[in-house]
Amino acid sequence: MLTYAIKRVGLAIVILFTVMFAMYALVFLVPGDPASLALGPRATPALKAELIARMGLDRPVPVQVWNFFASALHGNLGYDVWSRRPVAAQILEVFPNTLFLGAMALGWAAALGVALGCLAVVWRGTLIDRLLGILSVSMIAVPPFVIALYALAVFAVWLGWLPAIGAGTPGDPVSQFRAVLLPAFAIGITWVGYLARLVRASMLEVMGANHIRTARAFGLSEARIVGRYALRVAIIPTIAVLAVGFGSILSSAVFVETVFSRPGIGMLIVSAVAKRNYPVVMGTVLFMTAFYLLVVTAADLLIARLDPRVRDAFRG
Amino acid sequence: MPSAVDTGTAAAPAHRTRGALARLARDGLGLTGAILVAAFILVALLAPWIAPADPLRLDVANKLQGISLAHWAGTDQLGRDTLSRLIWGARMALGISLSATGLAGAIGLVLGMIAGYGPRWLDGLMVLCFDSVSSLPVIMFALAVITVTGPGVATLILVIVTVSIPGYARLIRAQTLTMRNADFIVAERTMGASTARILLRHMLPNVVGPLVIVLSMDVPVVIMLEAGLSYLNLGVRPPQPSWGNMLYDGYTSLRQQPLLVIASGLPLVLATVGFTFLGEGLRDALDPRLRVASR
Repeated sequence: MLTYAIKRVGLAIVILFTVMFAMYALVFLVPGDPASLALGPRATPALKAELIARMGLDRPVPVQVWNFFASALHGNLGYDVWSRRPVAAQILEVFPNTLFLGAMALGWAAALGVALGCLAVVWRGTLIDRLLGILSVSMIAVPPFVIALYALAVFAVWLGWLPAIGAGTPGDPVSQFRAVLLPAFAIGITWVGYLARLVRASMLEVMGANHIRTARAFGLSEARIVGRYALRVAIIPTIAVLAVGFGSILSSAVFVETVFSRPGIGMLIVSAVAKRNYPVVMGTVLFMTAFYLLVVTAADLLIARLDPRVRDAFRG
Repeated sequence: MPSAVDTGTAAAPAHRTRGALARLARDGLGLTGAILVAAFILVALLAPWIAPADPLRLDVANKLQGISLAHWAGTDQLGRDTLSRLIWGARMALGISLSATGLAGAIGLVLGMIAGYGPRWLDGLMVLCFDSVSSLPVIMFALAVITVTGPGVATLILVIVTVSIPGYARLIRAQTLTMRNADFIVAERTMGASTARILLRHMLPNVVGPLVIVLSMDVPVVIMLEAGLSYLNLGVRPPQPSWGNMLYDGYTSLRQQPLLVIASGLPLVLATVGFTFLGEGLRDALDPRLRVASR
């Protein structure tokens, strides 16, 4: 287990470094220098010189790369071109909002998706199973930001039941909960479909296993077999997908936060891209990649702990 | 995960294709998808002839109209005919998604075969690169590139191609690895065939099958990505019509005229659902083994 853990964490660190290097290289690959890129048409020579000095762009490239890596490892992700605020502080300020949104979305999606998957297994081969299958595929196919826009049009603008913008008043859980409902609904719906399908597929595999046959021989009810004995084994692949799913949820958050003007990582990065505020973009991308790698690696380790076959597969 | 390799691909392709098409036609889901996709492609191809009006013609006096005989889907905030813009938007979505997935598939195919057939060190290096790219959340990578290059159709295609290559390359690599020591490849090598000949004439036909299915399943994802980035005003630039930037126009005028958002979302949903259904149907019809393997 320890060998596996070291290998897996080592791989994550190597990938993170590769990504950091690529991020930094990106800025130098394009024509034009980073300073005029960030300042855009407003660049005057004086402004440019000041920015170059402030960001250390006048130093040799290897020194710059070294500084970038060293400060990133110390938690310093650079400074906003315009407001000069530290990027890390801006990220930490809005990240809880995005995390809350992601957790809510994944939470309701996991609950409903696993339930629908179990129902499909209980009624496997029937019309209900078929209809649930079509429903799952449709949920996967519809773009989350279109759902967000339709939900906004119906529930916020037309019916006026829920707030159309923002993340609720800080310190007021009720208003925060009301504000997260529509975005979480929009992001989660894809995952209801994915999880229902995944749980159904892995459950059907498990249903042929010996311990299920034994349970059946003891005369346990089908619902009890599915809910208690099959689900426990079938849930393992779901954990892996949930971890990867977190990455795609963060991606959907970029659109959905924009639709609901909800402060978060998505809003932060989109407005920074529009202003070509590239230290904010690079810092946010780096932060999100590191976070994503952390989640995926943790999930892999958890799965290896639950399922010894995975550890062996990694060796081979 | 490397799956068993189908050596029957080259044996009777015509027969297989006919059987697969018949299976697809019997499958209600796949057939629905095929009809939606066919309609989408027809609309995209015939856009100049079937669009009732010029998608770029302004008519500010008639802005944000509802449904009428003159404007079947209303008009946008500049009085442009929504239906015509949707029809031209289909062309944009189809062009970008097909060219991006096609290009990514071709590059992925080449890189995957090199990684799977080449020396071990090269394989390790390439897999590390693939894993690094695919460990970036797609949107984050897209936003990073757009910051540097600026938005536009070319950037959009570049981003989509870059993030899609690793998945395709890994698939082809896995297929190639399971094939490289197959008897007929070993025989070919013993007879002194060049690496290029082995890869192009013997490896390619045997590894390309699953890629086609995966590509068809990725088209809706790319359509979503194009619309999403255009919605953020980071993809197709206005005034060129794209379903994404039309959704944004609708979003900004949602309180005055909800029709624009609703009308712009509908073709996007139909296209992505159609392609997804078709992809599912194709996968089941062509290669039932993938049904288990991909889940």
